[in-house]
Amino acid sequence: MDETLKELGAHVKESLPDAVEEVIMSYGELTLVASAAEVIKVLTFLRDDPSCRFVSFIDICGVDWPQREKRFDVVYHLLSPTLNARIRIKVETDETTPVASATSVFAGAFWFEREAFDMYGILFSGHPELRRILTDYGFDGYPLRKDFPTTGLVEVRYDDERKRVVYEPVKLAQEFRSFDFLSPWEGPDYVLPGDEKATTPKAG
Amino acid sequence: MNAPGKIDPNVRNFQINFGPQHPAAHGVLRLILELDGEIVERVDPHIGLLHRGTEKLIEAKTYLQAVPYFDRLDYVAPMNQEHAFCLAIERMLDITVPKRGQLIRVLYSEIGRILSHMLNVTTQALDVGALTPPLWGFEEREKLMMFYERASGSRMHAAYFRPGGVHQDLPRALVEDILAWTHTFPGFMDDLEGLLTDNRIFKQRNVDIGIVSLEDAWAWGFSGVMVRGSGAAWDLRKSQPYECYDELEFDIPIGKNCDNYDRYCIRMEEMRQSAQIMRQCCERLLKEAGPVSAVDNKIVPPKRGEMKRSMEALIHHFKLYTEGFHVPAGEVYAAVEAPKGEFGVYLVADGTNKPYRCKIRAPGFAHLQAMDFLCRGYMLADISAILGSLDIVFGEVDR
Repeated sequence: MDETLKELGAHVKESLPDAVEEVIMSYGELTLVASAAEVIKVLTFLRDDPSCRFVSFIDICGVDWPQREKRFDVVYHLLSPTLNARIRIKVETDETTPVASATSVFAGAFWFEREAFDMYGILFSGHPELRRILTDYGFDGYPLRKDFPTTGLVEVRYDDERKRVVYEPVKLAQEFRSFDFLSPWEGPDYVLPGDEKATTPKAG
Repeated sequence: MNAPGKIDPNVRNFQINFGPQHPAAHGVLRLILELDGEIVERVDPHIGLLHRGTEKLIEAKTYLQAVPYFDRLDYVAPMNQEHAFCLAIERMLDITVPKRGQLIRVLYSEIGRILSHMLNVTTQALDVGALTPPLWGFEEREKLMMFYERASGSRMHAAYFRPGGVHQDLPRALVEDILAWTHTFPGFMDDLEGLLTDNRIFKQRNVDIGIVSLEDAWAWGFSGVMVRGSGAAWDLRKSQPYECYDELEFDIPIGKNCDNYDRYCIRMEEMRQSAQIMRQCCERLLKEAGPVSAVDNKIVPPKRGEMKRSMEALIHHFKLYTEGFHVPAGEVYAAVEAPKGEFGVYLVADGTNKPYRCKIRAPGFAHLQAMDFLCRGYMLADISAILGSLDIVFGEVDR
């Protein structure tokens, strides 16, 4: 299985040397890192090339890496029923640069791109209807970004006086607690309480 | 009255809201339908009314704490979803599940498949006007839920599949009861088929409705029964076998007319095949003993009895239920053949005890987005038949 995937990766890299930047094999899965501008070319090639036939669309999703300059990964998963193989294509983008929509290649990309837009604010150019899908009508913010609080920003309740549902900023009786269970010996990369003096140079 | 081709400005297309409180919407689906008379011109599904931010919540939990969220996705077949998540973790940690654990997983995945198909087939019949099938079907589902409860303590939200295997071994009496049930089940299926398969009304409502070609099915991201109904001999249990499916004997039914009725027939046959798989699992479980989960103490918590005697076991228990285990940095995509189609988990780990990103690829999401494509040109009454045939559960669509 691994051999076929390796050959496949080499074949794609050879056919599209400009579009495919890197071919990675890990955990028995093939990943192509593509340039964002050429992603449609890669997807079309994978779908139509007789030795690939990745006709089955599986998934599009975003991944957020806030510390990176181009903070989003857009990850495509495809399946080839003829080869019985899966492939992953990754491109990088940021909040303002749109990625070309895959709806022209795979009709099924329609809602998956809407979801990526809804959750991360990733823009897709040429998408027929890029509007929010899972969040509430009139929702503000992109919930799956790492800087979005897990508690959310607004809460709703039924107001008996106004006879309607009202939106209010989230009020927590107790602060949201995120426990850090990482072992102090192997996990965290921050200074442990009490250890500050150990690293700072002694005065005098 | 009007000359042909001349549009009367007073006649407009009619827009109606279908759901979110409609029983045939199978949950909280709001469809905005544009009708020309009774012909459907456009369908705009509004989803997200059951969105709970599962993926965001999983990012804040350890790997073990994230397992129960998967029960709450497709709550009709909970364990099949846990399965995909466990497979993803196991592939990253490089651990193998012992044979007995695999057999139990397969057994309960197939129970989940019957639970899901039974609900779908019978409620789809309800949508097109038959009342008896759900009443009969739910009785059988109740028995299966009892098997869920006897294994995990819970009828639905089981949290029974754990990274490394399953939580506990099955009592012998339970395996015997499941085995006995698999012998009575084909008789029940005959009764249910007697109600539906040759029923004139049922066929009039389903034959040649909701046709989708195989090429379209792949491009729309369909999987499971939706592609098999269009003639693809594709089932992950056969084509990319996981656990011990390659050691078990079963057949994959496929359709050739690509319509609702074929999908109904496939689901019926799959239930019979599932019962056959369950029978094989039960027979082997009665003969073969062994551990039900991996023995790596750094991942699988120790048994309670062990904890009372061994200091090391106590430490492992404490560490695993506070810090949890660490998963090496990397990414995997693990998929299982869930009853509704390919249920996948794309897991990105950053080396800590919590998933960095966990994308849940729900089959229902891909199926529902094609509503507009599938329903255009059909009658209003066909909407509920097609929707029923897609097998939508909102827990997994909205996540």
